[in-house]
Amino acid sequence: MDEPTSVLTPQAVESLFVTLRKLAADGCSILYISHKLEEIRALCESATIMRAGKVTGNCDPRRESASAMARMMIGADIQAIRPARPAAEARRERLAVRGLTLKASDIFGTDLRDISFSVSSGEILGIAGVSGNGQQELLAVLSGETTLASAETINIDGKPAARLDARQRRALGLCSVPEDRLGRGAIPSLPLTENALLTFNRDEVLRAGFIRFDTVRDFAERCIQQFGVLGGGPDALADSLSGGNLQKFIVGREVLQEPGVLVVAQPTWGVDVGAAVAIRQALLDLRARGAAVLVISEELDELMELADRIAVMAGGKLSPPIPRSEFDREAIGLAMTGRWEAPVPTTEAARVHST
Amino acid sequence: MLWLSPLLAIALTSVVALVIFAAAGRDPFSSLVRFLFSPLGDLYSFGELLIKAAPLILIAVGLSVGFRAGVWNIGAEGQLVLGVIFGGWVALNYGPSGAPWVLPAMLLAGAIGGAFWAAGPAFLKTRFNANEILTSLMLNYVAALWLSYLVFGPWRDPMGFNFPQSEPLAPAALFPIIIEGTRANIGIIVALLTVALSWVVLSRRLVGFELKVTGLSAPAARYAGFSARRAVWIGMLTGGVAAGIAGVGEIAGPLAQIFPTASPGYGYAAIIVAFLGRLHPVGIVFSGLLMSLLYLSGDVAQMSLGLPSAITGLFQGMLLFFMLAADVLIRYRVRWRRAVPALALEAAR
Repeated sequence: MDEPTSVLTPQAVESLFVTLRKLAADGCSILYISHKLEEIRALCESATIMRAGKVTGNCDPRRESASAMARMMIGADIQAIRPARPAAEARRERLAVRGLTLKASDIFGTDLRDISFSVSSGEILGIAGVSGNGQQELLAVLSGETTLASAETINIDGKPAARLDARQRRALGLCSVPEDRLGRGAIPSLPLTENALLTFNRDEVLRAGFIRFDTVRDFAERCIQQFGVLGGGPDALADSLSGGNLQKFIVGREVLQEPGVLVVAQPTWGVDVGAAVAIRQALLDLRARGAAVLVISEELDELMELADRIAVMAGGKLSPPIPRSEFDREAIGLAMTGRWEAPVPTTEAARVHST
Repeated sequence: MLWLSPLLAIALTSVVALVIFAAAGRDPFSSLVRFLFSPLGDLYSFGELLIKAAPLILIAVGLSVGFRAGVWNIGAEGQLVLGVIFGGWVALNYGPSGAPWVLPAMLLAGAIGGAFWAAGPAFLKTRFNANEILTSLMLNYVAALWLSYLVFGPWRDPMGFNFPQSEPLAPAALFPIIIEGTRANIGIIVALLTVALSWVVLSRRLVGFELKVTGLSAPAARYAGFSARRAVWIGMLTGGVAAGIAGVGEIAGPLAQIFPTASPGYGYAAIIVAFLGRLHPVGIVFSGLLMSLLYLSGDVAQMSLGLPSAITGLFQGMLLFFMLAADVLIRYRVRWRRAVPALALEAAR
């Protein structure tokens, strides 16, 4: 099996594991491929660790700590450094969404139902949920790919923004990273320099309306250098890069524009562990510089590592956010199935935090 | 590899030309040489080549702006006709005054006419998402009928023995000749200036990048905040303006009069020119010259090879066909697979 749990809730993972253990007990051999170390430790009796196409170690995962295995996997310590949050009085609301309801334009889409939340400076809000519960629609509404009729529904730094397109929102300081890299976040047949121009095209890049290609190129080189993008430099075509390197480039492109608000979908999807750590660190650093960061992810572990608060999306609705001190895999997993009103004990507390 | 496909298309078209000449009982090689090179024999013919290339290049450059963004304006022929009508109106009414502003006013009027005719499909596309290929194409016939009405009716030359044609245009309404002894006029300069201008705008200004992104990937354009509607308007209007000016160039140039058929299909041929030139302004200069040569060669075919001049349309069509085929085959590999037996499908389930 190759990464079988990537779209499952924690409860579903648990029942999958029960089935797998039963199969193994009946004498079936199971080869299980995953980059989620906790799963390997919970499930497997022996593990082979690979890095860059080579075997780097063998161990019994039940006896090894996750960090020791991670070290074998990437050759270094992987824990991202989590800078302290700015003091409460220094925080201000940077992204606010109020009463967002939207009928899906696609017949297979999900309607968004009465979504309200806010993200303040120096904060990462995580949005968890099983794929297809309205995350894509929410991202499009936030990034400006979908515009709304009433401008007040979305506020960026207090300015109504729901009617603005993506470029106008970027001028207000909202950048976004879409979940599909090729064909949305980057154009496969264009070199990285021109892919940098895709979103890095504000006034400083233009001289009397003409593109300053040297400035764009410098910027692309900065993305490549600071985010360790391997594969050919600024003239390499986007589709010649590996998924992880392209993702680093796209995240770099958005983060280096120093947005006040960053909306990121699946920041480390299909990305190798080393790149994932670099990307997460970049998000945490951006938070420490006072930006408001919204992370939409299907990987609960990632959100629990990054987020200050986590809200859950199910059936086009968003649960009240749960603060970091009350993170609980079980409760969040249950919420992913759409049941957060009654059984989540932290609801009251969360509501206080969310306003 | 893709830059090669225009050359491949030219080579394949030549091969088919050889076959056609042989099938018609002519010596294929000498016929092809005569077909291609006799129009270039003297200075006058060279002027003719330029005169026909100018509108093709001008229109193709205008169309390529839209084509880059995936805006398929097939209505250049009608937009050209509107240029003839608007520019012709200025020429007929103010040309006899001999004022120096007549010619610039004709160009401006022609541009407005072409843009006006392109605005219809652009509006229908952006407002109702109506396919611009169909709407712009159908408007070609409407435009042709309007011109016929005018030339058969109000604009008919009273001294013209009842032929459907306008009065000859006044000298003030005609393009100056730039090469003595030929009909080559200033329209060529207009076309080359358009090439230079569009090259700079498309490669150096943000709007050129916006159009390119819109054409390559609609989701990426939306993500970047480049408006698809804006691209439709820019693409359609640029094509309309260019075609309208080309229409003025016809009546102010070689025709010097307004006829019901103002264009020998330049609006359609320019589509081929644009693609053959890979939508690049400089490439379009070369493909425009080649297509112009084919027009002249059609006359050669008729006069000295005894073949119908419709052979021009045949070769133009083949060029586009072979180039599109070459593009597909360079980009994709064709694989023949045996049909999967039903039993295997059953087993796979």
